[in-house]
Amino acid sequence: MSTLEALEQQIETPVEKSISITGSEAVLKALIAEGVKTVFGYPGGAIMPIYDALYDYEDKLQHILVRHEQGGIHAAQGYARTSGNVGVVFATSGPGATNLVTGLADAQIDSTPIVAITGQVFAHLLGTDAFQEIDVINITTPVTKWNYQVTDATELPAILAKAFYIARSGRPGPVLIDITKNAQLQKFDFTGYEPCHHVRSYRPKPIIRKEYIEEAAQLINEAKKPFVIFGQGVILGRAEAEFKAFIEKGGFPAAWTILGLSALETDHPQNVGMLGMHGNYGPNVLTNECDVLIAIGMRFDDRVTGRLDKYAKQAKVIHLDIDPAEIDKNVKATVPVWGDCKETLPLLTELITKKEHTDWLQRFYSFTEEEQAIVIRKEMHPTVEEMSMAEVIDALNELTKGDAVIVTDVGQHQMVACRYAKFTQSKSNVTSGGLGTMGFALPAAIGAKYGAPERTVVAIIGDGGFQMTLQEMGTIMQFGAAVKILILNNNFLGMVRQWQELFHSKRYSFVDIQSPNFVTIAKGYGIEGQTVHHRDGLKNALKEMLDHDGAYLLEVMVGKENNVFPMVPQGCSVSEIRLQ
Amino acid sequence: MKQEYTITVYTENQIGLLNRIAIIFSRRKINIESLNTSPSEIDSVHRFTIVINEVEEVVKKLCRQIEKQVEVLKAYYNTNDEILWQELALYKVPTDEIAEKVKVERLLRQYGARAVVIRKDYTVFETTGHREETEALIKALEPYGLIEFVRSARVAIIKSSAGFHEKLREFESQQPGEEVIENEFLNKRGEVFTM
Ligand SMILES: Cc1ncc(C[n+]2csc(CCOP(=O)(O)OP(=O)(O)O)c2C)c(N)n1
Repeated sequence: MSTLEALEQQIETPVEKSISITGSEAVLKALIAEGVKTVFGYPGGAIMPIYDALYDYEDKLQHILVRHEQGGIHAAQGYARTSGNVGVVFATSGPGATNLVTGLADAQIDSTPIVAITGQVFAHLLGTDAFQEIDVINITTPVTKWNYQVTDATELPAILAKAFYIARSGRPGPVLIDITKNAQLQKFDFTGYEPCHHVRSYRPKPIIRKEYIEEAAQLINEAKKPFVIFGQGVILGRAEAEFKAFIEKGGFPAAWTILGLSALETDHPQNVGMLGMHGNYGPNVLTNECDVLIAIGMRFDDRVTGRLDKYAKQAKVIHLDIDPAEIDKNVKATVPVWGDCKETLPLLTELITKKEHTDWLQRFYSFTEEEQAIVIRKEMHPTVEEMSMAEVIDALNELTKGDAVIVTDVGQHQMVACRYAKFTQSKSNVTSGGLGTMGFALPAAIGAKYGAPERTVVAIIGDGGFQMTLQEMGTIMQFGAAVKILILNNNFLGMVRQWQELFHSKRYSFVDIQSPNFVTIAKGYGIEGQTVHHRDGLKNALKEMLDHDGAYLLEVMVGKENNVFPMVPQGCSVSEIRLQ
Repeated sequence: MKQEYTITVYTENQIGLLNRIAIIFSRRKINIESLNTSPSEIDSVHRFTIVINEVEEVVKKLCRQIEKQVEVLKAYYNTNDEILWQELALYKVPTDEIAEKVKVERLLRQYGARAVVIRKDYTVFETTGHREETEALIKALEPYGLIEFVRSARVAIIKSSAGFHEKLREFESQQPGEEVIENEFLNKRGEVFTM
């Protein structure tokens, strides 16, 4: 029995007869019924009744007290990304709720299933500018898949069931439920929790059209240079196996977006690398040479496509996506394949002819060769004394064998980590892709560890981004998440510096960020750590970090003014990618 | 080419949904020319009628974004020749002016205006029609001291629509089978804007 089935069976058992409980208890019962084991949150006046109820549920629900609500929601995101389950976060009204907004936006754009529960002032105070009253529903409307305010406890079981259903079904996303304090305190007759399977106005996935599958298969079978590009849809649809069967039968080269990373193991011969601005040479150039472009669970973000009017114009485009609004949004599809790729991929695989496409694949390999010669080897084995980010990732690969969960923040280190980190299994790369939220990595790594407790979780963070949410080391200190923090310190806001160097005549405007002694700060939080300045010490230090029992902070000093290449400059076509 | 499109949205009757729909336009810096919310022929199903000036490609994408909202049942878009529409306008004019001038009376008859209120100091007339018609009457009344004017949003009926009853039944069914699911537009690639 799959975990999902087990979960459904578990939540299918309603309570025999009604009992009188408070709205707060109803919330916690709903979470338990939905299989939630861990909640991230931060208390405050308007959510106190829920926290009071939580006091009696400590053995059934693990609550992780974060140090900032943004940390709470990023942790819930990390949890969702490694576990595949809905992440849950609690926050109080007013500033607690506004602190969630960045995380909600991040989850919305990266399709992460989240249920955020916020306390709200008493219903009779709504609209009076009461203490810590903000209009959380309207503030969060653009950044949630759905949101709802509950003012009457009797609504709670059904609303929470709906919230979980909406968050995880179809194209997942964040849902926020705002609960007024009176509803949390209100007693009502609870007759049991019933999971939600249907909302009449909501169609999580479009019906699959056989004719489009057939058209797509025909295009693919006639293709000389078919090219698969895939995104997180493969992971969210739990369709990794179906995906692999598809590309293996068709012999397609396959390249990933940074959110699709890890859906296909790095060493797979048909994995030809990363798409987009700092992606690999071959996949970018050959996007403008393939004859059939098969896009799977990806949304043609501008960081992937570069200049749209010069993007894959020669190719017929087959677009598989669960969200019909994505079809034709940025790139016109020749054949739209609506549907859940877990279902559409096998149908397509059945209709395609088994092929090798050896010569075509070879084209990718030769581009890889060129990139190796001009970029990668230099990055991996610098001739200068300063360490490069790439060699750190390379050394890490050697030690983890690609089995670790890699959580990255935003900037140069993120691009380098995505380019060079190796993966052997899915749900192993957690990064803020669509929003590019600095400060994401540390809290997300904490959540990732709770989502996959048996796995090694390495958070790779820049010296800038780390200073945005480093207070979450307090969460690690108190609850013990064994997160390995790897700071790649270039003493700059590196990515912005790179742009200033390349596009603003090296006018370094406010990018020379100073850092405190990170190791001392970590020690203050009871987290072991050290700084490495020379490559001689690198491998041992990484090993020490990984072997250490518990969380660890390793700061690696890297070259100050290194740039990430290749690069598709903004406003250029993907085939105009620069190697240096 | 930009032209007037009328978007008809069937929704649940839900607080906050107006904002959710409105921000789909404002986020893209698209002006809503007219917006009307009303009940539909079905109890509990709400109907939005939205008029914008845009190119079809954009309107199509907007409709997909609207339909993506959890509480939206369906969104259609139509050009003016595919719908019947009306707007209602009210005009307040000084009563002595119109009582004196025969010309005004002729004017009002010509525009099919109807008196809603007649008081000593002012009279309120009402017309319904297309924008050009209601607008033309403003121009005509201006010389006679038009005090106040207001026009309602557009309400529109889609000529080819068979109503929403059947569709709603499909939406409501718990385990929708292939045959009952709303899918007609998926067959017609050119008209795809739904689902
Ligand atoms: C919250 C937030 N603020 C600003 C930015 C813009 N930004 C993108 S990358 C970057 C520099 C990151 O510097 P650092 O964390 O040191 O990482 P590096 O690029 O040096 O690896 C900045 C400021 C952002 N992405 N997120």
